[in-house]
Amino acid sequence: MQPSIHLTAVDYSILAIYFLFVLGIGYALKRHVKASGDFFLSGRSIPAWVTGLAFLSANLGAQEVIGMAASGAKYGIMTSHFYWVGAIPAMVFLAIFMMPFYYGSKARSVPEYLKMRFDEKTRGFNACSFAVMTVFSSGISLHALAKLLEILVHWNYWTCIFVSALIVLIYIFLGGLTSAIYNEVLQFFMIVLGFAPLVFLGLKDVGGWAALKEKLQPVALEQHFPADAWSHSWLHMGSNLENPMGIGWFGMVAGLGFVLSFGYWCTDFLVVQRAMAADSMSAARRTPLIAAVPKMLFPALVILPGMIAIAIHHADGGKFLPPGADGTPDYNMTIPVMLARYFPTGLLGIGFTALMASFMSGMAGNVTAFNTVWTYDIYQSYIAPGKSDAHYLHMGRVATVFGILISIAAAAVARQFNNIMDMLQLVFGFVNAPLFATFLLGMFWKRTTGHGAFFGLLSGTLAAALFHTLALTAGTSPGLIKGGVLAQVLVFHSDMGKNFWMAIVAWTTCFVLTVLISLMTKRTKTDQELAGLVYSLTPKKKAEDESWYMRPVTLGILVLLATAALNIIFR
Amino acid sequence: MNFDLRFPVGLMFTLFGLLLTGVGVFGSAELYKKSLGINMNLWWGLVLLAFGLWMLLLAFRGKRKKL
Repeated sequence: MQPSIHLTAVDYSILAIYFLFVLGIGYALKRHVKASGDFFLSGRSIPAWVTGLAFLSANLGAQEVIGMAASGAKYGIMTSHFYWVGAIPAMVFLAIFMMPFYYGSKARSVPEYLKMRFDEKTRGFNACSFAVMTVFSSGISLHALAKLLEILVHWNYWTCIFVSALIVLIYIFLGGLTSAIYNEVLQFFMIVLGFAPLVFLGLKDVGGWAALKEKLQPVALEQHFPADAWSHSWLHMGSNLENPMGIGWFGMVAGLGFVLSFGYWCTDFLVVQRAMAADSMSAARRTPLIAAVPKMLFPALVILPGMIAIAIHHADGGKFLPPGADGTPDYNMTIPVMLARYFPTGLLGIGFTALMASFMSGMAGNVTAFNTVWTYDIYQSYIAPGKSDAHYLHMGRVATVFGILISIAAAAVARQFNNIMDMLQLVFGFVNAPLFATFLLGMFWKRTTGHGAFFGLLSGTLAAALFHTLALTAGTSPGLIKGGVLAQVLVFHSDMGKNFWMAIVAWTTCFVLTVLISLMTKRTKTDQELAGLVYSLTPKKKAEDESWYMRPVTLGILVLLATAALNIIFR
Repeated sequence: MNFDLRFPVGLMFTLFGLLLTGVGVFGSAELYKKSLGINMNLWWGLVLLAFGLWMLLLAFRGKRKKL
């Protein structure tokens, strides 16, 4: 049976109050938007704690809340690798090593940094693929929200789509990036305070952490894994057959921890844009570090409910979670099922609003990243250069409107043809996997040339696509989306293992070819032009006038030590 | 200059806190069969109220400092 939620007047009032505040923030910020820099960059005037929480919240979309709980049920505490091996080290690296170049170069977007560091074609490639990716991601988020609400509260699918799209449109249209950032902080508190009681009640119901570990044993044994596979993140990573993720430690650390996580957190304009809006260099560098502290505790909020749900599901005789299309439990329903089960009316309003907030923050983050890249990197660069600032501000608002219209169209496509969306996400994976190699070489090796970067990136993307046509996950049949169309040379134990190795291959190809092509081509930028863009050519600034414990390096080390401790405790 | 975000955050959670505490005090005990017999509206309402008031306090103190 699908879960269903009955909302009462109190719950509706909470939802209404929330939307009133969301729109009110947009309205109140309207008079602060006077130039394009206010709309796209927040005039670089936001304090670090706000950009920090927004940095986190922009990524705290539906995939995070719904998807991580699903993974918690499916893989257990191993899911924490996405945080304690993936996200946190990458965020510290961004803060300490990369932010000085992003913020210091005065680039207005990540593609613009590529233009300053390399050349026009590298920027064009990145800007176009990123723009397409963001509108489709926003569409997927919109579709997932409407589909969920249709099941959960029986609202009409299209009403959900148009109402949520309209709300996001209004507050971004009015207040631009500042409005999105302020609302992301509001969403952050909503999500944390809305889901925390869920973890408390779930954990109490299951009998505490020790009882949970015990109840997870039959779950693991049933799937022929060691009994403690769901409650240890590292213990069974020696062989890819002994853990539910189906991947060994090297593939996980290199593929997820290094290539995919650094590629996402350090180069994705969606998150980097938040740090660029900070009011000073040190605030920009502290942004990812401030985000890292709650991020490191998020597994308790998003993974733990999944582990609780699967334990109860198993003890209940498989009645807790609804069955999915293929007969296995529908893991994506974990959070909704728990909301319906534990929350009384009143608190339910808070939890339900938090759920909607998470979908909308994912969508708004994509829309603001899209309108900036579209206006600065595509419109101003190729379509209409040399216009007045007011013209580009106007374009930003127009881009917001058509960005949201494309999202709605994408949602419609996703509803009709789910496969097209899977296909698109696959292609984005090909484009994203090698990207971090380009940035790493660009920022730390002055010899890297524009041709090297562009063709390295292109071949990395092609290598990922080629890998996909040759690799297959055991137990699936070859196809465009599942892979292995040309031949099944490489067979993996899980989709995740296959993705991680694809990323490793793409990154390595890009890295090696960028180096080789750079050595064969002439440098087009002089040392002087590269000052502020490349590590060795940027004068080291003396520590800013801040106490030693507020310096990014100190904070970064503390964050890493705490993360190491978490890895050891839950090994 | 943008306005201090702590005002709307504080105000919103104060409202939510009052609403939930109200339901917790005046609502029937029947509601809490779901939440393992605990009056979650009352307790979590108080948490939200405390958080909201704390944010408002920080905002007011920040404003005074600037003047």
